[in-house]
Amino acid sequence: MLKHTLALLVVNRPTVLSHISGLISRRAFNIDSIAAGPTEDPKVTRITLVVECEPDEIDQVIKQLAKLVDVIKITNLTSTKAISRELALIKVRAPAENRSDIVDIVNIFRAKIVDVNRETMVIELTGEVDKTDALLEVLQEHGIIEIVRTGRIALARGPEPAREMGE
Amino acid sequence: MEVVFGYPGGAVLSIYDALYDDDRIKHVLTRHEQGAVHAADGYARATGKPGVVIATSGPGATNLVTGIANAYMDSVPLVAITGQVACNMIGKDSFQEADITGITQPITKYSYLVKDVNHLARIVREAFHIASTGRPGPVVIDLPKDVTAARAEFRYPPEIDLPGYQYMYNGITAKLNCAVEAIKRAKKPVIYAGGGVIASGAHEELLQFAERIQAPVTTTLMGKGAFPDTHPLSLGMLGMHGTCYANYAVSECDLLIGLGVRFDDRVTGRVDTFAPNAEIIHVDIDPAEVGKNVNIDIPLVGDVRSILVDLLREIEPQRHDQWLDTVYRWRRDYPLSYCTKKDTIKPQYVVEEIYKVTNGEAFITTEVGQHQMWAAQYYHCKYPRRFVSSGGLGTMGFGFPAALGVQIAYPDAVVFDIAGDGSIQMNIQELATAVQYKLPVNIAILNNHYLGMVRQWQEMFFNKRYSHSNMAGNPDFVKLAQAYGAEGLRVERPEDVRPALEEAINSPKPFVLDFVVDEEENVYPMVPPGGSLNKMLGGSK
Repeated sequence: MLKHTLALLVVNRPTVLSHISGLISRRAFNIDSIAAGPTEDPKVTRITLVVECEPDEIDQVIKQLAKLVDVIKITNLTSTKAISRELALIKVRAPAENRSDIVDIVNIFRAKIVDVNRETMVIELTGEVDKTDALLEVLQEHGIIEIVRTGRIALARGPEPAREMGE
Repeated sequence: MEVVFGYPGGAVLSIYDALYDDDRIKHVLTRHEQGAVHAADGYARATGKPGVVIATSGPGATNLVTGIANAYMDSVPLVAITGQVACNMIGKDSFQEADITGITQPITKYSYLVKDVNHLARIVREAFHIASTGRPGPVVIDLPKDVTAARAEFRYPPEIDLPGYQYMYNGITAKLNCAVEAIKRAKKPVIYAGGGVIASGAHEELLQFAERIQAPVTTTLMGKGAFPDTHPLSLGMLGMHGTCYANYAVSECDLLIGLGVRFDDRVTGRVDTFAPNAEIIHVDIDPAEVGKNVNIDIPLVGDVRSILVDLLREIEPQRHDQWLDTVYRWRRDYPLSYCTKKDTIKPQYVVEEIYKVTNGEAFITTEVGQHQMWAAQYYHCKYPRRFVSSGGLGTMGFGFPAALGVQIAYPDAVVFDIAGDGSIQMNIQELATAVQYKLPVNIAILNNHYLGMVRQWQEMFFNKRYSHSNMAGNPDFVKLAQAYGAEGLRVERPEDVRPALEEAINSPKPFVLDFVVDEEENVYPMVPPGGSLNKMLGGSK
């Protein structure tokens, strides 16, 4: 099973996210992550969808998504040169005796501490999905209280926007 | 739009008030919303125009769900207008509220919840456009009560602005050339034609194409009528209950040309042994169908008719005498057949007689089950849009209301619903509709006192344990018909079949024919589920 990153430009309508997630589940594909937000055009929403499936299945995923009336354009960014990032916020147990340890880890990962109190810290990290995984792994022993991740967003390198890229 | 089928209720009272003195739109009141949606579906299949159904909010809307799913599976253009509670009541579990756009999301091509009456004209225009173009399908328009009560100036948008809705009409030229080469190379071609041929109006082009390249043609259940069953090149239906010769031809061919088909499991049987020696060309307007179930060598995405026109321009007449000899020998040696029994009506015989007495010119609708397969096997269609059957969803109770829709579209035509005693009881209440609108639909019940197809599978795969498939509580269908003001006749002897059919056809009233048939007759040939097409039970090598 491979992870495929798709960029979808969709019409900004309230039902569009449920159409997409519904289609993925009823066709028995697996969503790894889904991230949506506004674009330079207020009528258009951009969704980055990470789907886990066999290589011969991704074609079918794309074709089925393309059939949805509100989907304007799909670009498969998996094999193009693309920048991909996610944002994570991690609340970790941080009693006084462990704090300097955690600060060291945060610096190594070029993350940021965005909230501190007597017992905990909140760490903000931006990076590739593996980087978040790695940081979580290291923080495990300190006791992670809760995490929130946006899921991957991705943008192709070079001047061409997704709306103008070939299939 | 000339006709709507529907059923009023609280949330659609304003719509019905507008229909009260409108003489441009004919409204047909059914006795159940499911009857209305199937009637609209039947109307659409017979005419090619979108069918329209209206139901109220909540239970009215949810009663449409099966019919919408049925239209979706068989790519039928349908616009379903549902009432909804007023905008400010949505989401509060109000009386007769149901999230119908949410419920129908997986079974519609698109849906709208109209929140502003000023959007209504645009939405209606878009809905009909989406339902009837590309691969046709159902669209839901959910109309809150306050929106239908509001007033607005009618502005019909001159253009449709749907940036995400596109479909390819013409195929890609490079692929067309590959197809032309493959057709020239082929020694043993077979054409496999489906509902897409009928939807695109390509039956004449298909006839020319088949004769030009001298390839035998097999049709799917949905494709019945796309190619005349009476033509020498016709192999009838393929698949689970297809003819032996169609299944042999597909199994032996070196080129399979799929036209407007979707390689459904009831057609292919075991996928890895389907058309094992063939290069496969697949023509379909829906790119997602290409390669979905079976690997395709030459995909041609586009309208079947447009692509056939292009192919006809490029292809010289071909000859395949040896191949046709082989196929015709299979047809001679392994024909469709059944054993006759003295004093017992065989269900296949009834279908044969309906075919003879109507000269193959009638509109046939079916329910779902054994009788549906016998209708497909023994009623030979000469024209498209005259065989109306629930293929993909397999909806029992579809055929009778669908027949009403057909009869509304063609008041003078002979219409037969070929039914089973199980299926007919699923929408029997529509007899009242038939009587009210004086629709002379004929219902031929092949009554074996069983859910016949269920019984057949229990016989074959469950050790004859006939669990809950016996219809011991059947009513007296003749008296039932009479109670509704229709006519009815029970037929128990083979020699009475023909006169009974003639009486029904000549009657101006809806007519129920209760044919008491052999209880344990099975549908053959049969490819057991998951089996290979060339390994059939009954009537084969």
